[in-house]
Amino acid sequence: MVRCFLIHTVCPISALSAGECRVLYSRVFGPDEAVLSEELQELNPEERRLLQKEKVAVVARQVHSAVTLSREASGRQLVEMVPGEEVLALQDADSGVARLRAGDPFNEEMSVLWLGVQSLGFTLVCEPHENLLLAEGTLRNLTRHCLEHLHMLGPGSEVLLKSSRIDVLLSRLLPHGQLLFLNHRFAQSLEKEVAAYMAK
Amino acid sequence: MYSHGSESLMKQAREIQEPELQKFYSRLVKLLQGKELGHETVDSLQRLHLILSATKYTRTLPSELRTRLLSLLSSPVEQLQVLSSAVLREMSPLSGEELNYIQENVGHLNSHTAALLLSKAGTRADLSSVCVQLLRGLDNRPSEAPAHSLMHTLPVLNTILTHSPECLTEDHITLLSKRLVDWLCYASTVQGGGASSGRFFTGPRSRQPVPIAELDGSSVSGNFFTVLCVGQGFTEDQWMNVYSFSMLHHWLLTYHSVSIGNSTIETDDRSEVDGSLVSMVSATSSSSRLLPPKERLREKAFQYCQRIIEQSDRKAQKKTDTDLQKACLVEAVCILDCVCVEDASLVFRTFPSIKGLFGRLSPDLSFARVLLPIAQFYLNHGEMAAVDCESVWKLVFGQFPAELFNDPFLAHELLRFLRLNLEKFQLGVPQYTHFFPNLLKFLAWDSPAVVDDFVDLLPSLVTPVTAVELLHTLLDLPCLSATLILQLRSTCLPISEQGGRGLLSLDAFRNPSFRGLFLFMLRGEAGSGDTIDRLSTLHDLLAEAADWPRVVHCAQTVPVLLHIYFSTVVMVADEKLLAHLILVMLERSSILLKIPTYVKEIHRVFSCHLLRMCKLWPSLVVDQSHELVEFAGISGNVYSKEELYTHVVWVLGEYLSVSCDSRCSVRLITSCFETLEAVLFEITSSGTPDGTVCPAPRVITTLMSALAKLASRSHDLIPRVSLFLSKLRTVTRSGSVAWCSDEEDLVAIVTRGEELWSLLKAPGVAQSVLTPSPHITTPQWHRDTNVAMPLQLRALTSLTHPQ
Repeated sequence: MVRCFLIHTVCPISALSAGECRVLYSRVFGPDEAVLSEELQELNPEERRLLQKEKVAVVARQVHSAVTLSREASGRQLVEMVPGEEVLALQDADSGVARLRAGDPFNEEMSVLWLGVQSLGFTLVCEPHENLLLAEGTLRNLTRHCLEHLHMLGPGSEVLLKSSRIDVLLSRLLPHGQLLFLNHRFAQSLEKEVAAYMAK
Repeated sequence: MYSHGSESLMKQAREIQEPELQKFYSRLVKLLQGKELGHETVDSLQRLHLILSATKYTRTLPSELRTRLLSLLSSPVEQLQVLSSAVLREMSPLSGEELNYIQENVGHLNSHTAALLLSKAGTRADLSSVCVQLLRGLDNRPSEAPAHSLMHTLPVLNTILTHSPECLTEDHITLLSKRLVDWLCYASTVQGGGASSGRFFTGPRSRQPVPIAELDGSSVSGNFFTVLCVGQGFTEDQWMNVYSFSMLHHWLLTYHSVSIGNSTIETDDRSEVDGSLVSMVSATSSSSRLLPPKERLREKAFQYCQRIIEQSDRKAQKKTDTDLQKACLVEAVCILDCVCVEDASLVFRTFPSIKGLFGRLSPDLSFARVLLPIAQFYLNHGEMAAVDCESVWKLVFGQFPAELFNDPFLAHELLRFLRLNLEKFQLGVPQYTHFFPNLLKFLAWDSPAVVDDFVDLLPSLVTPVTAVELLHTLLDLPCLSATLILQLRSTCLPISEQGGRGLLSLDAFRNPSFRGLFLFMLRGEAGSGDTIDRLSTLHDLLAEAADWPRVVHCAQTVPVLLHIYFSTVVMVADEKLLAHLILVMLERSSILLKIPTYVKEIHRVFSCHLLRMCKLWPSLVVDQSHELVEFAGISGNVYSKEELYTHVVWVLGEYLSVSCDSRCSVRLITSCFETLEAVLFEITSSGTPDGTVCPAPRVITTLMSALAKLASRSHDLIPRVSLFLSKLRTVTRSGSVAWCSDEEDLVAIVTRGEELWSLLKAPGVAQSVLTPSPHITTPQWHRDTNVAMPLQLRALTSLTHPQ
């Protein structure tokens, strides 16, 4: 299962101070793991929510530094892209995978897959036994849709005010965190539904 | 992509004041009371979601607003379902009344409501009730339920069994096993409704059922439907086929895992029976109907995966489908591995296709990630099927790291494979440790991403056979990093490159006379020599690589790994090996790639572990005294290797004594004394080399202490030390000295000198203070019969208590 999907900033942006990382969208699938673990039983709902937000922030920061190091190591220059060049932006994107140890921050070990497109990072946190080939393909697909439907290559704040679109996208392509084996026909059918929703 | 506008929007959402917020709430309630919920309502709901999710603390909604939002969960407009679910997810948990409301009014549980219930579940009981609700929906679906309403059932169930597998009862498991079998193997093989035939004239004739096709266009001809079948439209059970396969592996892992005890008994029994007989006796398709549901599901999963493997060989017409075929192969092999672990008789039926896959895919490196699950299958079942796995390990450890070190996903998966099966490898494939030069290529290329894995893997690679070569390789990891970069560059770039970066080192890489050096770096297996003679030549050639980011990242991880290495090696090495390692440390302290702070960090690690090793085996110092004294005699080391020098002098002073090793002679002590004395004289003379830098005060005090210690063991050396120390006092009394710039440091040095001088005035005392015998330094008072506490107490008690 995918535990969560995030969209967050990954590189120095003029709007933020250095090293600061802003989470633009986060969706945690399934019940809160604090509810079902013995050690965290005494937390009240308020604390649990805070804990979950902190965990998401930790993941975002880890990916932020992973992307920074990866871009530094590869030495490639970031080329500014404009709306319309989504496919190119995706091809050019940095990608990687990291391991999160048990307890840091999730109760069990997790694998974090990330895609760095310009100044945004798209991250999937999955359980380690998951099919990472499928997860990688799903992440790329999700990113492409987000970039296209939310015009993310432009300077907009659309993602903040159109989070319901991402929710619908996830409900079709990654329902409740389930990775799906979709051949191009099945994918087309789902994407048609998503496109119909976005058009409204 | 994220502008100042976005940032200020976030700020506004976070800092909205209470009065304004209340106004917003009441406006929203009014909007929701209206008959038509239009664009403005949707927009406001979206803003509400932003406001609620922007803060870390939970805001409270007025109860009327909450009620209105709950009612939206069953709205026919999906957008409203989505938004209300998203907003309620950010709120405090649902009360009992609210949960009842949902159960009664939301009717058939839609996907977004299910998401809300899952996310707000407070106990396992809550999850169980969601589960029960869903399964009830599976059994008796109301006729007015929309098409595709079943589809989120399996994902939600998969989520529940991820977190709390006990929520499903035995009956549930049986029911679902049966349904899964139906969906997997008995889905319809004709195209679904809504299929546009693509023709202009749609009459009754064209409504004939069109069969589905394989990915390469050929017909499915009698086989069952799988995720690798295509059609214009799909029926519901074909969708369920996709969802079922997507969760099959996890289902089998959760409910079909066999305990370790059982499986060993099973394999023992099986190995006694003739393999072919067992495979005949085990489930054949005709008798599978008689199997209980779990076993039937296992059999059907087996058949599905075999079909997937066959289908993956077809040439798909679209690239996305080719990628899907790869992912399906990985999944199929993992599922087959899972069912074979559960039922060992399936191994004989499975191995032929796995072997065929291996043969087909191993020459093609683009299938490397598919070959890893195949390697796992060989590891788990190869012994039982008496299959030779040599070629598999050669591929996985020999070829993959050498050619695919820069694929981050392969690196992650290969290292994870190694980590998870470490014990099996140590028992069954112990030669994997010989591939450490290859495995370290992953680390050299992308240290930040994989260093965590190596923290776990490195200890197992440290064996008495590999220890020395491994140390050299770890120290030269930045060189390996640079070499890999050059290797990739030389294959990508043309021979002549104008003004390219790294021109000098690239030329050197392509130069035949230096070929051997680089080839040694790039070797895949250990055993061809610990290191090369011309190592410093290599370092010079790679000098410009010292500021390449990848090399710098790598250099930052080496000290951490060296700590792990040394901590492990003291547990597996004997004294002889440790002696050899001390020599390596002394030798390599000057042969390191010149990256700023790298050399200093390595020296620090060396110092720390030299100390530990000598503490564990004090006789090492006498054993290696020749090299250690030689190192201490080079006065240049005081300045260039201050940390290491200090520690070498300290261990010489501390452990060069008869009580540590009986081979320590007076002559040895004297020669060491003279060497240290000479250096001390030199660095405290007024003419420092070039008058540049002063020796660190700690070096001076350590030298003085060491000399005093040595003198306390050979009393005729005492006058020489005392003379020096009194001279020191005189010189410093006259004011500042050239070899010490800081006044406080000078005072400390002089104070130490005076302490030592007064101590040495009484040689017997000096000896017991500076060379204490072992029973003082390692007290074991609790074992000493005279001082053991219990005995004392018993004695006291018997004395004080009246009989």
